[in-house]
Amino acid sequence: MVVLSLAWHSLKNRKLTTWLTVISIALSVALLLGVENVRTGARESFSNTISGTDLIVGARGGSLQLLLYAVFRMGSATNNITYASYQHFAEHPAVAWTIPYSLGDSHRGFRVVGTTNDFYQHYKFRRDRKIEFAAGKMPEGIFDVVLGSDVVDALKYKVGDKIVIAHGISTKTIQDHADKPFTVVGILKRTATPVDRSVYISLYGIEAVHIDWSDGGPPMIGEEVPADKIKKDELKIKQITAFLLRTKSRIDTLRLQREVSTFEDEPLQAIIPGVALAELWRTIGFAEDALQVVTLFVLIVGMLGMLVSLYTSLNERRREMAILRAIGAGPMKIISLLVLESGLLAIAGSVLGVAIIYGLSFVAQPLIEQQFGLYLPVQPPTSTGYIYLGAVVISGILIGFVPAVKAYRNALLDGLSVRL
Amino acid sequence: MADAVSLVDLKFEYRKGRPVLDIPSMRVAAGERVFLFGPSGSGKTTLLGLMAGVLRTTVGQVQILGQDLVKMSPSQRDAFRGSHVGYIFQLFNLIPYLTVEENITLSCRLSPERRKRLGGKSLEAAARDVAARLGIDGLLKESVTALSVGQQQRVAAARALIGTPELVVADEPTSSLDHDHRERFIELLFEATKAAGSTLIFVSHDRTLQPLFDRAIALPEINRASKLEAAA
Repeated sequence: MVVLSLAWHSLKNRKLTTWLTVISIALSVALLLGVENVRTGARESFSNTISGTDLIVGARGGSLQLLLYAVFRMGSATNNITYASYQHFAEHPAVAWTIPYSLGDSHRGFRVVGTTNDFYQHYKFRRDRKIEFAAGKMPEGIFDVVLGSDVVDALKYKVGDKIVIAHGISTKTIQDHADKPFTVVGILKRTATPVDRSVYISLYGIEAVHIDWSDGGPPMIGEEVPADKIKKDELKIKQITAFLLRTKSRIDTLRLQREVSTFEDEPLQAIIPGVALAELWRTIGFAEDALQVVTLFVLIVGMLGMLVSLYTSLNERRREMAILRAIGAGPMKIISLLVLESGLLAIAGSVLGVAIIYGLSFVAQPLIEQQFGLYLPVQPPTSTGYIYLGAVVISGILIGFVPAVKAYRNALLDGLSVRL
Repeated sequence: MADAVSLVDLKFEYRKGRPVLDIPSMRVAAGERVFLFGPSGSGKTTLLGLMAGVLRTTVGQVQILGQDLVKMSPSQRDAFRGSHVGYIFQLFNLIPYLTVEENITLSCRLSPERRKRLGGKSLEAAARDVAARLGIDGLLKESVTALSVGQQQRVAAARALIGTPELVVADEPTSSLDHDHRERFIELLFEATKAAGSTLIFVSHDRTLQPLFDRAIALPEINRASKLEAAA
C-alpha cells in the first residue's frame, strides 16, 4: 500500500512526463482497438452486405463472379437465364420469395438493375435492415426509376427528374436509350451497401428499352417504338441475369442448391451468400493482417516510449532511491515501486485509450458510415480487444522491470552516497 | 547492555585489491554521542553504509545492537535498518513529492517493526511530537520543496528519530548550514536523541564541532587501509 501511494505521488510529481507517457500509450491503445474495431466492422459490414437471402442463383460460371455482379454490382455475367427457369424456382413450394435481377445497362457509370417490387419488400442487409425510401415511392409504371443514395449524391437528382439509360455498363457508352426517358419516382435511404450505387427500374423497363433492338444493336431509323406505345401487358420478359432466393425453411437451402445446379432445362448455379462472402473476404483479408502488424508496431513504439521515460527519470531519482534504501526499503520495495509506476502508466494509458476510441467512434460512427459505407458498431471491446488490453498492461508491468532492476543496481552501487 | 556498535576486523573493498576500510576494532557504547571525523575520501560514508547494513562485507564482524549484520541476509539487514537505525544525509534527505509529515512518517510506513515502536501512537501524533521537539511542527503539511536547507535537515532528523531507533547515524548533516544554524541543529539533535535514548554517531570533517560530543573517533587512526595507502 505504501509503495502504491509512493508510486502514485511520484507519478503525480512528474506530471508532464507522466501525462505524455500516458497519452502516448493511450494513443497506441486507441489505434490498436480502433483498427480492431474497423477490422471487425469491415468484416461484419462485408458479410452483412446482404442478409436474409439463402441462395443467389445465376447462369453457371464462377461463383465469385456471380457474387460480384449480383451483390457488389461489379463485373458482368457471361450468360443470362431464361425467365421460365426463374419462374420455375419462384413458384417452387419450398421458396418463400425471390428477387430477380436483370443487369447490363447503366446510367452515367451507375449500374441499372431491373427488378420487381419484391426487391423493396424483401431485400435485407445488416441482419434485418430493409430497404427504405428517403423520398418518393415504389415504381409502378414501366418508365419509373428509383435511385440509390450514392447516385443521388453524385448526380443531384430529385423526384420527378427525367433520366436516360445507357446501353452497356461503360461510362463512355455511345449508345443510349434517349428515346425512352425514365422518371425518378423514388430515392432510397442510405444503406452503406452496394445497393446505394445502383439505379432501379422494373423488369418491364429493361424489356421496354430494348423492345425495338435486335441482334444487340439499336433499332434502324423508322423502326423505333415510341415510349408511349408500349403497354405493360404487351411486354414479354424473356430473360433475367440472376435472382435472390429465400427458402420457407432454411433446412431446404442445401437441397434447393443441389436442385438448382442439377436443373435440366439450362445450366444454373446457386451460391450461399455467407459462404461465398467469407471466401471472398479470405482472399482480400491479407490487408487486415498488414494493418494489424502496423498497429502492433505502433503499440511497441508507445511502450518503448514509456520505457525511455522511466529509464531516463532514474538518474534524477537516484537520490530518492538512496533515501528509500536508507530508511529500510529493500530491493523488492524499490523494484515494486518502479514496476507499479509502469503498471499504473499502462493501466491509465489503456483506460484513456479505451475512452478515446469510444468517444471517437461514438462521434465518428455516422460520418464513417456516410463516407466509407462502413458501419462500426459502438460495442464493448471484442475478446481480441480484451486480449490486447491485457497484453498492454502485462507488457507495461514487464517493461517496468527494466528500469526497476537498473534502479536496484544503482542503489546497491550507490549505497548511501549518491554519485551525481 | 550490548554495545551499540562493535566492529571487529572489518575489511571492505569496492574493487579487489583496493581496500577502503580495514578496522581491527571500534566500539560505541549504547547512549553515547560519538563524533567521527576524517578527511574527505577517508571512508566515512562507506563505514556508515556498513553500519547501516546497506553495504555488505564478508570479512570481520559488524555488530549493531548485539547482532552481526555480516551474518544476515540482505532482506534481514534491510528490515533491521528500517526498524533500528535512523539515518541523516548530508543533503537532499527528503522525497520531493511528499509533504513534511509524509516524509517523517515514511520510515514507519515502510517498516512494520518501526511502526510498532510508536507504541500505539498514531502516525500523525508521533510525527507531531518529534516535529515539535525539533521546532518544525508548524511545517507538517508543507511541501518539502518550500523549505530552507536548515528546515529540511530538521525534517530529516525527525524522520531519523521517529519511532525512537537505538542508533542514529548522521553523515555530515550540518555541512551545508551556516554557523548559527549548525549549533542550533546539533543542540536539537542532542535533545531529541537523548529523549529517544538513541546512540548518535555524527560524522563530520569540521573539528570545531568536536567539543560538543562525548567522544571523538578519528577514522584515519583506526583504519589501517588509509595508512597503507599513505605508505604506498
